[in-house]
Amino acid sequence: MVKLKINNMDVEVPAGTSILDAARSVQVEIPTLCKHPDVDPSAGCGMCIVKVGGRIMRSCCTPVSENMEIITNDAELQEIRKTVLKLILSHHPNDCLNCSRSGSCELQAMSEQMGIDQNEIIRMLSSEPKDDTTKAIVLDPQKCIVCGRCVSICQNVQNVWALSYLNRGFVTKVTGANDTKLGDSPCIKCGQCAAHCPTGAITDYDNTSKVEAMLADKELTTVVQIAPAVRVALGEEFGFDFGENLTGKIYAALRRLGFAKVFDTNFGADLTIMEEASEFIKRFTSNDNLPMFTSCCPAWVDYLEKYYPENIPNLSSCKSPHEMVGAIAKTYWAQKAGVDAAKVKVVSVMPCTAKKWEIARDETMSSSGYQDVDEVITTRELAKMIKKAGINFKNLKEEPADNPLGEYSGAATIFGVTGGVMTAALRSAYFFITGEELGELNFHAIEGLEAVKVAEVDIKGTKVRIAVVNGVGNVEPVMEQINKAIAEGRELPYHFIEVMACPGGCIAGGGQPRVMGATFDKPWGINDEIRKLRSRGLNCEDQCAQNRLSHKNESIQKLYADYLGKPGDEKSHHLLHTKYQKRPLYK
Amino acid sequence: MSEDTCLGCQVGDKWRKKRGSLIMALHEIQGVKGYVDWKDAMDLATTMGIPLARIYEVLTFYNFFKLVAPGKAVISVCTGTACYLKGNDKVLEKFKSELKIKEGESTPDHMFHLQCVRCVGCCGLAPVCVVNGKTYGRMTPEQVPEILNEWREVFKEA
Repeated sequence: MVKLKINNMDVEVPAGTSILDAARSVQVEIPTLCKHPDVDPSAGCGMCIVKVGGRIMRSCCTPVSENMEIITNDAELQEIRKTVLKLILSHHPNDCLNCSRSGSCELQAMSEQMGIDQNEIIRMLSSEPKDDTTKAIVLDPQKCIVCGRCVSICQNVQNVWALSYLNRGFVTKVTGANDTKLGDSPCIKCGQCAAHCPTGAITDYDNTSKVEAMLADKELTTVVQIAPAVRVALGEEFGFDFGENLTGKIYAALRRLGFAKVFDTNFGADLTIMEEASEFIKRFTSNDNLPMFTSCCPAWVDYLEKYYPENIPNLSSCKSPHEMVGAIAKTYWAQKAGVDAAKVKVVSVMPCTAKKWEIARDETMSSSGYQDVDEVITTRELAKMIKKAGINFKNLKEEPADNPLGEYSGAATIFGVTGGVMTAALRSAYFFITGEELGELNFHAIEGLEAVKVAEVDIKGTKVRIAVVNGVGNVEPVMEQINKAIAEGRELPYHFIEVMACPGGCIAGGGQPRVMGATFDKPWGINDEIRKLRSRGLNCEDQCAQNRLSHKNESIQKLYADYLGKPGDEKSHHLLHTKYQKRPLYK
Repeated sequence: MSEDTCLGCQVGDKWRKKRGSLIMALHEIQGVKGYVDWKDAMDLATTMGIPLARIYEVLTFYNFFKLVAPGKAVISVCTGTACYLKGNDKVLEKFKSELKIKEGESTPDHMFHLQCVRCVGCCGLAPVCVVNGKTYGRMTPEQVPEILNEWREVFKEA
């Protein structure tokens, strides 16, 4: 432990702690625009300066040392910070009124906090156009303050390397290699750049107006579904605490927005488990293309298709849950409800920006004869629509979903958190193999935020080795381990592997709210504390659920009995499974 | 080196095992062909196992590296203090307008490349321009078309 003084207070922190974090530990907040808990300090913005024994230093990248005497705030520091901020603001457009980030923008808040009431520095704006080529996220170079968080996330955390710096000095910009547009780059649309951007420079590819147009068209039957992770995050946009589960209020809000039916992606998650657990058992018993990877996460699928095309046969052929709901809504449900499938539109509310890309990734996404899911909006976009429609979300009475595509088990709802898909699959696989239910439904070894979690599961004497990876940047060592074993003909380290591209899983997806927490412990956007709270929201719902098993979902049982037959049968295969293709890193 | 050999692959293979050698590899490619293009960068990325995005970060950070073939006549306009104060900014503008390119660019016919340099060490002659090693002192904007024609003749004969 190191002893030091911060603003004349005695502080004791572990060696190696930065001054910034040491200050936070005693409730002293130092302003910063580039440092984020998820990335290493880059010393980019210059806002976090403090005085160390009279010398001015950056607190994000200066570790504490014994007997340091630090001043974090005085008139001189404030004046310097103000100048630095004014320089940053001098090449940022002054159009907060037209910016989708307004109200949750760190730069805007910092400007207010620093008391910037005028800027005498001449404004010099970039004339670079927006990059919306991914149709999932939009990069606006004008609003970029080159803090580098997105580059650090994309390169060092996610290991995707779509975003990079180009040029140097004043003309530095954030873009793809040699100014490649993101749509032609290795970008997997995970949206972690957007989740960590302090300004409106990276945000959603906005589909709200398209959805509003669908809702206004009385010829159409527009139905909606929400992903598991949406229910424990949307509330943050309306002043609820992190992780609070507001499923009933969200259903009510969606109905008021005018959706004809309110379904739940969790129904699709249960359906996914029926297919995926069956597929795994078949592949496990016949030793066919093991290990098997989960395929619910489109960013992960895109990553594998680009970086590990040789492992395409290892991916489960199951579509993701919302795609399954789309396909079933336009076939089974439309027939049952007596609605013309051509007039049914499916909107998915997702914590994810990659889902916007997924709905048109190949022709299997149109298995119903129409595009199975018509539009995807993120949790953030739904919040915008609710606010715009004048719905008092906070005081809404809870409502149920519409059945049959609204029923779900506890196993389905944990799809939104790392380890959840694996847990849900094991619960049902155990039953499919043994005919008995598991005594203990939790697998503690694969819970939590650790990058790679492994376990061995005993299914009546058969050992199944599993791994759970969260954060696609953590997948490389696992892939190397597997491919080495395959190449050398050795025993596989794992049989079944879950991968979610975003650290923590969908609860921390690229489309989730990024609002300021009520306290300094929960700062802007996302961090591990928020990940834990949102995870807890979903885990609690599972633990309290009357039914915690996908195969016990009665609406699912009826869907198979009345329409699909058995998991993996021809009809299931056509509607619920997909295929993969090698994709180039650069087009 | 014959045209069908893969320069990026050869250079990449040579430097692959040495940590932190990307800049050396880029130097070597530019030394051979005068610039580093998309294919060279891609080949380096593949052989050295370095993401393409990182290669372009380095290529565009250093002014030294060229991404396209430079012109045959490299015009260096000194914008060091003495030359600048003596009016080389106007000479630079004249080169730009005559050639219809910006600094750091080459003409589409690859005849000229225009660049700014800081000091060429003969401030007594300010303002100074250097074309392929030949120094022009006490420059005025009026001399610019003359110099361009002089070099057009040189490469016409070649």
